[in-house]
Amino acid sequence: MSDEGGPGTITVASRLSGYVRGGGVLIPLVTALLAFLVGGLVVLATGSNPIDTYRAIFEGSGLNWLFPWVSGDDRTIAALNLQQTLILTTPLILTGLAVAFAFRAGLFNIGGQGQYLVGTFAAVYVGSSLDGTPALVHVVLSIVGACLAGAAWAGIAGFLKATTGANEVVSTIMLNWTAVYVGLYLFGLGGPLHSDDPAAQSIPVSPDVLESARLPVFWGDPELQGLHIGIFIALAATALFWVLLNRSVTGYEVRAVGFNPDAAEYAGISAGRNYVKVMVICGLLAGLAGALDVLGWQFRIATNDIQVSQVGYYGIAVALLGRNTAFGTVIAALLFGALLNGTSVRNLDPTIFDPQLAGNLTWIIQGLIILFVSAPVLVTMLSRARFRRRPKPMPKPEVLSGGG
Amino acid sequence: MSTTAPATAPAGAGGKPGSRLRGRLARVSREAWLGWAGVALGLIAFYITLPPILVRSLIPSLLIAIAGLACGVVAVRAGEKRVGWGAVVACLAGAFGAYGAVESGVTNLERVVVWSALLAAALRYATPLTFAALGGVTSERSGVVNIGLEGMMLTGAFFGAWGADVTSSWLGGVVIGLLAGGIMGLLHAVFAVSLRADQIVSGTAINFLAIGITGFLFIKIYGTEGTPDNLPEIPDVHLPIGWIPFLGDALEQLNLLIWVGLIAVALLSIFLFRTPQGLRMRSVGENPLAADTAGISPIRARYYAVIASGAFAALGGAFLSIGFVHSFSQNMTAGKGFIALAAVIFGKWKPGGALAAALLFGFSSALAQRLPVFSPTTAVLFQALPYVLTLIAVAGLVGRSRPPAADGIPYERH
Repeated sequence: MSDEGGPGTITVASRLSGYVRGGGVLIPLVTALLAFLVGGLVVLATGSNPIDTYRAIFEGSGLNWLFPWVSGDDRTIAALNLQQTLILTTPLILTGLAVAFAFRAGLFNIGGQGQYLVGTFAAVYVGSSLDGTPALVHVVLSIVGACLAGAAWAGIAGFLKATTGANEVVSTIMLNWTAVYVGLYLFGLGGPLHSDDPAAQSIPVSPDVLESARLPVFWGDPELQGLHIGIFIALAATALFWVLLNRSVTGYEVRAVGFNPDAAEYAGISAGRNYVKVMVICGLLAGLAGALDVLGWQFRIATNDIQVSQVGYYGIAVALLGRNTAFGTVIAALLFGALLNGTSVRNLDPTIFDPQLAGNLTWIIQGLIILFVSAPVLVTMLSRARFRRRPKPMPKPEVLSGGG
Repeated sequence: MSTTAPATAPAGAGGKPGSRLRGRLARVSREAWLGWAGVALGLIAFYITLPPILVRSLIPSLLIAIAGLACGVVAVRAGEKRVGWGAVVACLAGAFGAYGAVESGVTNLERVVVWSALLAAALRYATPLTFAALGGVTSERSGVVNIGLEGMMLTGAFFGAWGADVTSSWLGGVVIGLLAGGIMGLLHAVFAVSLRADQIVSGTAINFLAIGITGFLFIKIYGTEGTPDNLPEIPDVHLPIGWIPFLGDALEQLNLLIWVGLIAVALLSIFLFRTPQGLRMRSVGENPLAADTAGISPIRARYYAVIASGAFAALGGAFLSIGFVHSFSQNMTAGKGFIALAAVIFGKWKPGGALAAALLFGFSSALAQRLPVFSPTTAVLFQALPYVLTLIAVAGLVGRSRPPAADGIPYERH
């Protein structure tokens, strides 16, 4: 809360920098293992076998497709499962990046969920109207619409932060809930964007996305929800994220503000303008996630989906586990995508472990990961071999503070 | 909260509360008064079109709103930007509101705007927020940001319901809920104080954990059927004041915890600002190093404060589940912990201020519950009102609101 512009301001980014920089892949691995271990204890406490449960989740995720010795029917099923896992991974990469980018600028974007939702609204609106538009144009228009919607939604929080100092944690969460109710209104019965299909008169659902706006499927059967090309768009966005953050002036400024807003201001970088810019970029990413989901496999929004969707919140755990880096985020997104698909009602055998319980277990594991990541001391203890004390990455604000 | 102007009133300066208040009022410039008058005029413009006054013409409201607008513009030009723009917004909103009221039917208006019922509902909706906000004030006054209020509240809601079910008494539920909230507070304290975690991130972790743990236990214990219908409920308090015209109707029959909440606000206020222990706790939140030098343990003070914070938030949650809704459902707090956090900021880290903010948000919820009379299709949109209002409140007031100096900064002994 207190990012008060006093001397020696410590931002989330600078305090987590030890975690971001040190430890390579070892620490996230240990963190995740620790969280899964505690999760296993929870499973054990309920009287189920944690090893069987985790194995069932792993097989449900389809990651066993990567093992060359899996063959025959098992391989076909694994392929189907892996397609679903990657479909779920796609938006997680992007909402993860949306959180990670903000983190690097010293902002905590909990608003990924709201930005994702308005992205889906815009994508379904553009995708279901404009009949007769050529396919490629229609897809691009829908995606652009979703990105802009997400950017605008996030921009509100950035603008308020820059002009009035409103804490972005509170404002983005309020925007999340506002987005939920806006969606319930838009697509609810009698709402302005409710489907005009006579068959859907009593179902609160949006109109269907037209064929011309749907993303092509490249792996699996399009009729059976095969893997759409959105995953490549997400990966391209990840590459862009890396370039933007590490090889551009914008990225330099963002990281400078993230490490120390005072020092950045002193160097002539406007922290306020950066807050707006960063939130807009975060919103673009989260909005894109919404577009890929709607255009790739959902094709419509039911109000029920709006209420249960949690893609944006998962993005927080993805970003933190991925150490707010481009590559780490992709790996973490795959982990959570696999976890989500493996614990889904469709894939997890209730005799091994109740899927509804498993869904909540996912929350617990995420909570533990975030909890472990939050304490640099804990991370330092885990990796004392790698770096001794707190790393001091950027110019310290001693010049400004005058001691203290 | 980012770069703020120096505080207008130095904390703790001046002797008696009365003289302090007078001193503070004297410092408000004439233009600022004009701005506040503009805000008031905007509200009056709307108020006169509502029951019981029910002016059925727009002209008086418009005249009042224009007068208020003029006040606002004068205030802005004299440099009192914040309150001036506040007046402009209030007058425009007032004029729009008045237009809406004049255009809508009298019967609808009389069904929606029943002030005593609205007040009672506002108190009911405000109470969970009040408790959680008190938790926020306690924790942040000691220098620990508590984003985990939401999760602690949810924990209290579940364990309150479960405890009431197991012990077959609402008191048992409240006690078990309190304990569970305290444990969540302890967890936050271990990470935020001892391990010097980033408090915002560890608080977020608390929220995730709480959703997982309560959801897990809820499914495990109650399955798909939900909590039993005969869950013991926190009783209402009947006051023999029904004969008092307005307050009688509103306050005659309110839940016990609503009154407890109001008393807790007063008690916490006295504790923080009128007792040596309260002073010590606040000193830890302002300057832990100085406090440590003076022989106060910042670590211990913060532990107590964060645990108490969890207990407060849990009480709010327990009220929600066994005092208000009479059941538990997954993630039922739905962002209320964060609204409470906004109430803490809005209320300038004071219990009384937090109560006022909670009442404002509670009132908006109460109104949102009644507005669907006008238009059932937009009913669901009105549900967003408390969140939007919180957003506006955080944006509009935050610059004037100054957190404790060491809020959110882990303390490290050298």
